[in-house]
Amino acid sequence: MPNDLILILVVITALCFDFTNGFHDTGNAMATSIATGALGPRVAVAVSAILNLAGAFLSLAVAATIASGLVHTSDVTLSVVAAGLVGGIIWNLLTWLFGIPSSSSHALIGGIIGATLAGAGLAGVEWQGLVSKVIIPAILSPFIAGLVSACGTWLLYRISRSMTTRARSHGFRIGQIGSACMVSLAHGTNDAQKTMGIITLALITNHTLPTGSNAPDWVIVSCALAISVGTYLGGWRVIRTLGKGLVEIDSPQGMAAESASAAVILLSASFGYTLSTTHVATGSIIGTGLGKKGADVRWNVAGRMATAWVFTLPCAAIVGAAAEGLTRVIGGTAGVIVALVILAAIALYIYLRSRATKVDHENVNSEWTGSVAPGTGAAMAAGTSEPTTG
Amino acid sequence: MSSWINLSAIWKIVVFGLLAGAGLPALFAIGMTSLSRGSVRGTRGATATAGATGPGGEAAAGGGGRGIRQAAAGGGGRGIRQDDVLIGGSVIGMMIAAICFLIVLGAIGWGIYEIYQSGHPAK
Repeated sequence: MPNDLILILVVITALCFDFTNGFHDTGNAMATSIATGALGPRVAVAVSAILNLAGAFLSLAVAATIASGLVHTSDVTLSVVAAGLVGGIIWNLLTWLFGIPSSSSHALIGGIIGATLAGAGLAGVEWQGLVSKVIIPAILSPFIAGLVSACGTWLLYRISRSMTTRARSHGFRIGQIGSACMVSLAHGTNDAQKTMGIITLALITNHTLPTGSNAPDWVIVSCALAISVGTYLGGWRVIRTLGKGLVEIDSPQGMAAESASAAVILLSASFGYTLSTTHVATGSIIGTGLGKKGADVRWNVAGRMATAWVFTLPCAAIVGAAAEGLTRVIGGTAGVIVALVILAAIALYIYLRSRATKVDHENVNSEWTGSVAPGTGAAMAAGTSEPTTG
Repeated sequence: MSSWINLSAIWKIVVFGLLAGAGLPALFAIGMTSLSRGSVRGTRGATATAGATGPGGEAAAGGGGRGIRQAAAGGGGRGIRQDDVLIGGSVIGMMIAAICFLIVLGAIGWGIYEIYQSGHPAK
């Protein structure tokens, strides 16, 4: 039975997820360029926002079936979609707070799987699809990207060894502008489509659109704008971790990482084996540390990220399941509304929490002292009981 | 095994990823290195590049063949550290660089075109 009020709430929530996807993933494209000074922080996020917008329109091969092959689509209801989005958003915000790059796609998928489990039980999930389409690619992504990036880094230093350090840095900073733009474009073609697919799925579920419909124009435009605005606001915390926390990056490494990321992201989509943009970008950055002689990789930071990646699916699933369970207990539209109000409250709390250790365009490139918050690593650890890293 | 892991896609991503993700930046690096070469290679005791001297300008001795350093002149010398500039002045170097950069740009343009084509299937 159609429920337009829930549909509207789902669409708004989906756009909010798209927005968090934007700022969470800005670092994938721009962190290295900001770290090396190839682009100023605010220019970088502005360029990335524009290119994400362009990328969203460049490819309209909408993943209207983000849930297909993972859950039985007959079990997907509007409340399941809403609950799934709740799981995805909360995990995105939590990892953003701690400056941990994690996959927004996996967060969304985890949320939907959790909500489906709560609604339809174990039989509602296609476990082989989950393993073959999500988990195995998630594991392979950083290794593939790291290999390409390490090779690229080695080649760049080898080829340019006759140049002076200054000339080489200058030249590769110019190159980084191009490679960073390509990553932003790739991200826009890849990620905005997921939310387009979710909204289209919601419209079909609500019988607003017939089965098999393409995404309407207003869905495409709104999703493109949402991810673009999120990108512009810039997830400075994640940018800082990627740009300063993993490897101290020079411009040849930056260009190698970005080129590897762009190539792997676009090729994986082209060959129908979608890899996480975040896992690819992180793997690329680590690869540059391996490809350059004398470079150090902060493996403890990488380990923290890997841990977060392992927990992304199950944690988002737990939240999604809790949201769906709450919706069912309360029942009807009221249940969805209560779940979304709780989501808003949690989001506000996380945002206010982040103000205590603010990271912005002015301090994003500050020296890494072991925590995402510049110069407040001890204070951050004391406040959150999170083990100090670095 | 194949139902769990798409080996066909994976090896293609790795191979083409290396070609595009490492090969294209390498081509850029070749172009940049070629572009930075001076028109007269700096060797131990070599003279300054064409058009680059002024009163008081002098060539560096030693330096390992990297390029020419010019001391800042009181009047008309350029005062530029020649080996720190990107454009060295070699015509052949610039031609090689142009070819390399055009290939890189062409590959990127072709990639964007392919993305557009696959994202806008014919109705």
